[in-house]
Amino acid sequence: MDLILEGMKKAFWLLFTFDPEVLSILLLSLRVSATATLISLLIGITSGVAIALYRFRGRAMVVSLINTGMGLPPVVVGLFVTIFLWRNGPLGFLGILYTPMAMIIAQALIATPIVMGITLAAIQHLPEKLRLQILALGATRLQMVWLLIKEAKLPLLAAVMAGFGGVISEVGASMMVGGNIKGYTRVLTTATVMETSRGNFDMAIALGIILLLFAYFINLILTHIQQREGLR
Amino acid sequence: MAVWSPTSYGNPPHLNPLRIFLLETEEISVKIVLLFLTKGGVSKIRIQRCGFIVFLFLFVGAPEGSTGSRSLLLATTTSTQDSGLLDVLIPIFEKKTGYFVKTIAVGSGQAIVMGQKGEVDVLLVHAPEAEKRFIEEGYGVHRRRILYNDYGIVGPFEDPAKIKGMKLATEAFKKIAFVKALFLSRGDHSGTHLKEREIWKAVGVNPEGEKWYQQTGLGMGQTLSVTHEKGGYTLSDRATYLALRKNLRLNLLVEGDPFLLNIYHVIEVNPAKWSKVNAKGARAFTDFLVSKEVQDLIKTFGVDRFGSPLFFPASGKKEEGFGK
Repeated sequence: MDLILEGMKKAFWLLFTFDPEVLSILLLSLRVSATATLISLLIGITSGVAIALYRFRGRAMVVSLINTGMGLPPVVVGLFVTIFLWRNGPLGFLGILYTPMAMIIAQALIATPIVMGITLAAIQHLPEKLRLQILALGATRLQMVWLLIKEAKLPLLAAVMAGFGGVISEVGASMMVGGNIKGYTRVLTTATVMETSRGNFDMAIALGIILLLFAYFINLILTHIQQREGLR
Repeated sequence: MAVWSPTSYGNPPHLNPLRIFLLETEEISVKIVLLFLTKGGVSKIRIQRCGFIVFLFLFVGAPEGSTGSRSLLLATTTSTQDSGLLDVLIPIFEKKTGYFVKTIAVGSGQAIVMGQKGEVDVLLVHAPEAEKRFIEEGYGVHRRRILYNDYGIVGPFEDPAKIKGMKLATEAFKKIAFVKALFLSRGDHSGTHLKEREIWKAVGVNPEGEKWYQQTGLGMGQTLSVTHEKGGYTLSDRATYLALRKNLRLNLLVEGDPFLLNIYHVIEVNPAKWSKVNAKGARAFTDFLVSKEVQDLIKTFGVDRFGSPLFFPASGKKEEGFGK
């Protein structure tokens, strides 16, 4: 119990004194996960909408694959990305293993199915007649898609939160493809693992608390936007 | 675009055209998302939305790569990282040479496999038998002794197997097996795990599958925590044990057996086998480790925090000269 209290004290101390190392770890976590989430939104929302609106052969299989992907284990993603990015691997010529870029790729792969799955469900949940009505009023296809996305804003913001929450808290892939390199690819989760194995439990708890506070803060902003627009 | 960059490491990173293209793609994709978000905006909520976007925008920058010839990949064991030794040595090396060292801390077993695949440039490991094989098979060159400490058998204060003060590690292991006292093994092909298997082999006991023999599959620090929780015995390197002792109800029971010496070597991955290896950087790093400056640093590292040094310099010494 003392340890948790110590950790909390340490967390606030580190935050209020703007500890440069913790600050850089925090900012890197945010930068990597925010970029990964943005990429996953781009891919996830567009393909999610497309799959929701079109009927094609093997669609049920694609949808079930996406739904399985929503629970993709980060370590497995990390393993595959590592193997692909190895110097002597198929994508080795890029030379991006153990860089923040590799972490962004891995995290985007983790978040994309989550965003895609929620988008798919959200768009499909809209009444069929709405679509017909929009088209009947003379909207182009692109305008229709845009209106549908706007209509499904609430669940789509939930997709953003789920995607971001999934990657910011993920440790397996970041550890593998980033390597937890000090001052370069060390993020909150990998730093927590390392401090635990170093026996610095107070520091590990402090980092954990900072991660939670930070995730809460981001979700607070997103929820704020979601609820404001939702009630309009 | 990036308002913040982690740190600038010496020379600007070498960027190949493809990576520049990738970075640009990332920037463009981000811009498209932003455009998409703002275009459909309704004036009322526009300001809020822009605020949110600016907030995200602040942190989305093209991450700079640095895998060019100025960066060096070091695969090492968890003990050198967890004890904090590398946090002291690497900044000095980086400042001196301008190389950027990427340290991947894994078990010696995994480090050696990464070296075999040519995925890293230099190894700092402690698994002598596996290292010799690595050199013989032509994967590594220029193996040099850097530092040493020793392993010890640690166990609960009560010491149910009564091994305290035994001179020989084999005797202690025999006793543990005889009374079937709980023994925690790393089980992760690390240097420590290999040493432990060597001792069991010398004893002539095969503990695999026995009830009193459990494998954690974790690093040394975490294995010590598990041993502490379960009140078992384990084999630990001195550095990690000393660094974690404050949290553990574990005593160092058997030490000083020459069999328990723990020697760390640095090996350069053979550039003739793997063309992508940064041979120049690897050589600079090994030269740095055997330099007098580093050897002197090793002597005093940890004394202020733990009362005794965690490692001893070993460059140029004969194995027989080790020991306290």
